[in-house]
Amino acid sequence: MDGVHDLGGMQGFGAVVVEPGEPVFHEQWERRAAVITFGSFLAGASNGGQFRHSIERMDPSHYLDSTYYEHWLTGVATRLVEAGLITRDDLEERTGGPFPLSRPDRGMRVDDPGADVTEARFAVGDQVRVRNWHPPGHTRCPRYVRGHKGTIVRIDIVASVPDIEAHSPSSRNEPTYSVRFEAAELWGEPGDPVHVDLWDNYLEPTDER
Amino acid sequence: MSAETGTHHHPRPTSPIEDRVAALEALLVDKGIIDTDALDGIVEHYEHELGPMNGAKVVGRAWVDPDYKRRLLADGTTAISELGFAGPEGDHLVVVENTPSVHNVIVCTLCSCYPWPVLGLPPRWYKSPPYRSRMVREPRALLREMGCEIDDGTEIRVWDSSAEVRYLVLPMQPDGTDGLTEDELTALVTRDSMIGVAVL
Repeated sequence: MDGVHDLGGMQGFGAVVVEPGEPVFHEQWERRAAVITFGSFLAGASNGGQFRHSIERMDPSHYLDSTYYEHWLTGVATRLVEAGLITRDDLEERTGGPFPLSRPDRGMRVDDPGADVTEARFAVGDQVRVRNWHPPGHTRCPRYVRGHKGTIVRIDIVASVPDIEAHSPSSRNEPTYSVRFEAAELWGEPGDPVHVDLWDNYLEPTDER
Repeated sequence: MSAETGTHHHPRPTSPIEDRVAALEALLVDKGIIDTDALDGIVEHYEHELGPMNGAKVVGRAWVDPDYKRRLLADGTTAISELGFAGPEGDHLVVVENTPSVHNVIVCTLCSCYPWPVLGLPPRWYKSPPYRSRMVREPRALLREMGCEIDDGTEIRVWDSSAEVRYLVLPMQPDGTDGLTEDELTALVTRDSMIGVAVL
């Protein structure tokens, strides 16, 4: 989904604020949120794609206004409610107040994930173009590279496609690549290159290939 | 809710986020979905055993042992596991080397992917919208703002950790440190230099 989480290249956020000597957890509740998150993974409440998408579906203003561990907490609670392990009423009764959850999943359910792809379609040095599409569900293809041309610089592991695992009881594996994009291609002006790691189906061959 | 969260002698009122965390934890424990005793140990491990001190050992070794450095750049995961560092968010590690002509920096624009076994859990700024939005679009300006000046003749390579690979930057060894021992060199390596937002 073209959500607020997909931040690459957005403007207007201002300076990066660095906190010298920052602790791993700022508050005890952050530590407890980590405990809950690891626990819910061990309990099988989510795979990686489902968990990431539960955070991407947070209300945009809530997402921007809260820190990492509140994202984890909101995503985990959302998944547990969606899995039927707990209810929102239980949560709000125990909290003694509102417990904001993420918005509903609009991704299209994938019943047939298709066959695994184990052979890399592209070689290092190949020119590729990122597909221009805007799925309503989870994807790990950042918006700022869609439609743009890049060059394969590394072939990585064959891995489960997040777009499928977030919306399906099954999965499909595909090769992943590191793709180099020149600044002029992405932003229309000279600058330094960006490398983005992408699944096979996000890419198309170009005429120059 | 609980008075135990107060410090000193005066319990303070809890905040809404504290109430939500406590409510979810209590609910999951009551239903037998999580076992907090086991999990406390896992989180303590993340808090105390993982961190930039691990990555610094990898860098220190690479600086003194050319053969290790060659293996590290060829297969980061295997070479890093030789030093005992592995686990979640570290199954596919790629080490990118800084040279006089190339400076590398890592980011995760879509969430906050980070190489946990070698750097620990990420700092807040790494997870913040300003860093995630700007590092891909204006890396040179943002690095300068963060106190990291890169020569005009040096290419900055930004690595967006958008799939399974987690990156570690191998910083250049500082000038004048050739006579130092591996331990002394390791002590010079900072977290920020292994993310690529600082040079040593």
